[in-house]
Amino acid sequence: MKNILKTKAMTMQFGGVTAVNALEIEINEHEIVALIGPNGAGKTTAFNMITGVYTPTNGAVIYTDAEGQECNITGMKPSEIAKIGIARTFQNIRLFKDLSVYENVIIAKHLHLKSDFMSATLHMPWYNKEQAKAEEKVEELLKKVDLWDMREEKASSLPYGKQRRLEIVRALATEPRLLLLDEPAAGMNPKETDELTVFIKQIRQEYNLTVFMIEHHMELVMEISDRIYVLDFGETIAKGSTEEIQNNKRVIEAYLGVDEDA
Amino acid sequence: MKNKRDLILSAILLIVLFGASWFANSELDSYIRRIVNLCLIYAIIGLSMNVTNGFAGQFSLGQAGFMAIGAYTVGIFTVPVELRANVFYAVPMNPFIADIQMPVWLALIVGGLLAALVAFLIGTPVLRLRGDYLAIATLGFSEIIRICITNASSFTNGALGIKDIPPLNDVRYIFVVTAITFVFIAALINSSYGRAFKAIREDEIAAEAMGINLYKHKCLAFMISAFFAGIGGGLYGTLLGTVDPKNFLFTLTYNFLLIIVLGGMGSITGSMLGAIIVTAGLEYLRIFDEPLKLFGTMIPLFRPGFRMVMFSALLMACVLFWRHGIMGTREITWSKLIAFCKNPIGFFKRKGAAQ
Ligand SMILES: Nc1ncnc2c1ncn2[C@@H]1O[C@H](COP(=O)(O)OP(=O)(O)OP(=O)(O)O)[C@@H](O)[C@H]1O
Ligand SMILES: [Mg+2]
Repeated sequence: MKNILKTKAMTMQFGGVTAVNALEIEINEHEIVALIGPNGAGKTTAFNMITGVYTPTNGAVIYTDAEGQECNITGMKPSEIAKIGIARTFQNIRLFKDLSVYENVIIAKHLHLKSDFMSATLHMPWYNKEQAKAEEKVEELLKKVDLWDMREEKASSLPYGKQRRLEIVRALATEPRLLLLDEPAAGMNPKETDELTVFIKQIRQEYNLTVFMIEHHMELVMEISDRIYVLDFGETIAKGSTEEIQNNKRVIEAYLGVDEDA
Repeated sequence: MKNKRDLILSAILLIVLFGASWFANSELDSYIRRIVNLCLIYAIIGLSMNVTNGFAGQFSLGQAGFMAIGAYTVGIFTVPVELRANVFYAVPMNPFIADIQMPVWLALIVGGLLAALVAFLIGTPVLRLRGDYLAIATLGFSEIIRICITNASSFTNGALGIKDIPPLNDVRYIFVVTAITFVFIAALINSSYGRAFKAIREDEIAAEAMGINLYKHKCLAFMISAFFAGIGGGLYGTLLGTVDPKNFLFTLTYNFLLIIVLGGMGSITGSMLGAIIVTAGLEYLRIFDEPLKLFGTMIPLFRPGFRMVMFSALLMACVLFWRHGIMGTREITWSKLIAFCKNPIGFFKRKGAAQ
């Protein structure tokens, strides 16, 4: 199994608060790995450090690219991280609200554009060719994920579940190798959650993706994860397979225990 | 194909409008011609401002400064060499530039490029700011540009200004520049870069996560905006015949702000409409500057300057109550026009239902 991402003692402090402390994560190619933990545990902060939104106050993020080259991506800009093949979604959906479904997705193709500003503006033949290819890919993608019929609609006018799906599709359009999903099932009803489960499995297979996912929805997590990491107050309190986590005492105390009482 | 049809229709429209500008140039009196020219120039600058403010979503108020750069470039380089001693009578013109004379078109391009260069230099510190802070910083830089111009007397003749700029009250010329600006900006907005600008407007964090380099794209938008503001400023200089630092006070920028807010931030056809309404409106509002007698009594408010009060009130009302302007982020497209011509009543009904 080939490693795709690891973090070494990755730490984030906000003033006096340690949101994530010395996090060590290893993700292998083609795995689905979940990151769980109670509210405020530091999960989103971990994502933000991996994707360059925050620079870790300590530690490193190492990414292995398609050529098998290990690179230190700590503190790189989010746009550069997207370019090397890591895409993400956000906990509070961040679509381009006033733009159409189609525009939302084709914008994600901009990072592959080789034409410079002037040739793009003047619609030179080589730009048109590149653009036609991108349009073809977007059409194929949208048809595959059942959003083609809604391509003209404003992103904000879609039903909630579709918005979540569109955000994943937009991330997919950057052609990532590693996809980070921040609570993809948040706010979904059971039917939508089931559809999402199928969808994540399907895209993983189709695009040969590695998925790293934050999720509170235990059924979903247990069904699709290969491995799980558990955070609590910024500390890694457990890691392992789904069975190991389900039977882990500390996890039950910190997290699942609360669930059972409730 | 729809695209081809639209291209052909647009080309026909441009030719027809060019013919109209030819007619306007030969048939209309010089006062009306001047208003038409002003309208076209305001359209150029409104369009340029829409690139940053409407499409890239960066609230910038530096247009007057970039216009000044363009206007002064045209002023400095198009005044005939033999007249320059007469213009620069207080401080002689710097010997480096004293003998350089350019045709207007070249001076316009140089002015645009200089404005873009200044935008690039300003962009590095300023484009890190957001919202109100960006607005204040760009406003400040626009004043700094003006003050630099006031003080660089051997280049700009300081506070005395530059007179004897060869006038260019030619509707055809200015129409062509406006048409080029419009086509260029429309093509830009319909390219991958234009969509990247819109993504930044919608959500910077998401745009960045989609691989869009924020600084690079904001800087591009800022430079393109400055370039066309420089060109527009240059034309404005030739229309005025004299340029003087007081022509480029930051309040000038508000005209263009009104144009883009009224027309719709993020709509280029809206900017065109806005430019026509604001220019014509500002002329029409001149009645407020003249003394007015009603039923034998003088209405006390009507005096020179009252026009600007009305103007400010309009701008405020527009920003407060009508933030999306006439067009919002929509465009007038050929498909919509055709649908409208086929069924004018149904067109609005359907739109109403969709909203
Ligand atoms: N920009 C910030 N500045 C200061 N504190 C922050 C910042 N971002 C996060 N924190 C703090 O870090 C801690 C972890 O937050 P984070 O958003 O990572 O939690 P989470 O595990 O994603 O929780 P949730 O399940 O509610 O999304 C919280 O205490 C939060 O208040
Ligand atoms: Mg979170």
